[in-house]
Amino acid sequence: MVELSYNLYLLLSAILFTIGAIGVITRRNGIIIFMCIELMLNSANLAFISATGIHKSLEGMIFVFFIMTVAAAEAAVGLAIFVMIFRLKGTISIDQMNLLRG
Amino acid sequence: MLAIVFKWIIFLIASLFAIFSAVMMVTRRNPVHSALWLVVTFISLAVLYFLLNATFIAISQVIVYAGAIMMLFLFVIMLIHLEREPEDIGRLGAFKILAIVLTLLLFIEVALGVYYYEVGTLKPGSIPYGDAKSVGSLLYTKYFFPFEIASILLLIGIVGAVVLAKRRKG
Repeated sequence: MVELSYNLYLLLSAILFTIGAIGVITRRNGIIIFMCIELMLNSANLAFISATGIHKSLEGMIFVFFIMTVAAAEAAVGLAIFVMIFRLKGTISIDQMNLLRG
Repeated sequence: MLAIVFKWIIFLIASLFAIFSAVMMVTRRNPVHSALWLVVTFISLAVLYFLLNATFIAISQVIVYAGAIMMLFLFVIMLIHLEREPEDIGRLGAFKILAIVLTLLLFIEVALGVYYYEVGTLKPGSIPYGDAKSVGSLLYTKYFFPFEIASILLLIGIVGAVVLAKRRKG
């Protein structure tokens, strides 16, 4: 039996990224769009971890660590913004988010 | 030989779980169900990280993503009663279909790039072992300054969330 190749990990990463991107395009609920963005960040993390094996260096894991930090900060601030929009408009649908329209 | 078969089985199970739960996450109408399926995706990705010898990242994936971030999402969904909000998921306009087709074209492009990219196979012992000791020693020496910047970023995130979510008087 042939050994597991890194290409499969990269292919899985591409599949997850595509699912997340389709979710961002088709859904109207702000929080689900936010979750799809988290999924896309995770697929990038998977590509970084497999690059760690490809290049035989640990730097990819450092990148993943920083991506996780930024994702945590982003989730905190983004969800606070969603709570504020819900207080203002009573809904979270992104069709209603047209405050900045001139 | 047995180790190779074992790795294949673990990889196939974890990746199929990840893809299936990601599709379920995108298609569910109820945001609470979406969030729970996303937790399943994160945990199966953590299994794949273990398979790639990234034990520290796998553990922090479970703690940070599946634990902290998704708990925050669930709190906000239940706080603002999103599960009762109607949403027209069924209707697909021409613009949306065009966008999905373009995204699938992007996927085909990336998949062709992956197919023609010659990388090695997973030989035992050839992957650097990313436990807490090796990642931490790299993080505290070569990447010490970005590490400190990340802590400042988290502090600003906390302050920003508190300022945004605070109820203003008057």
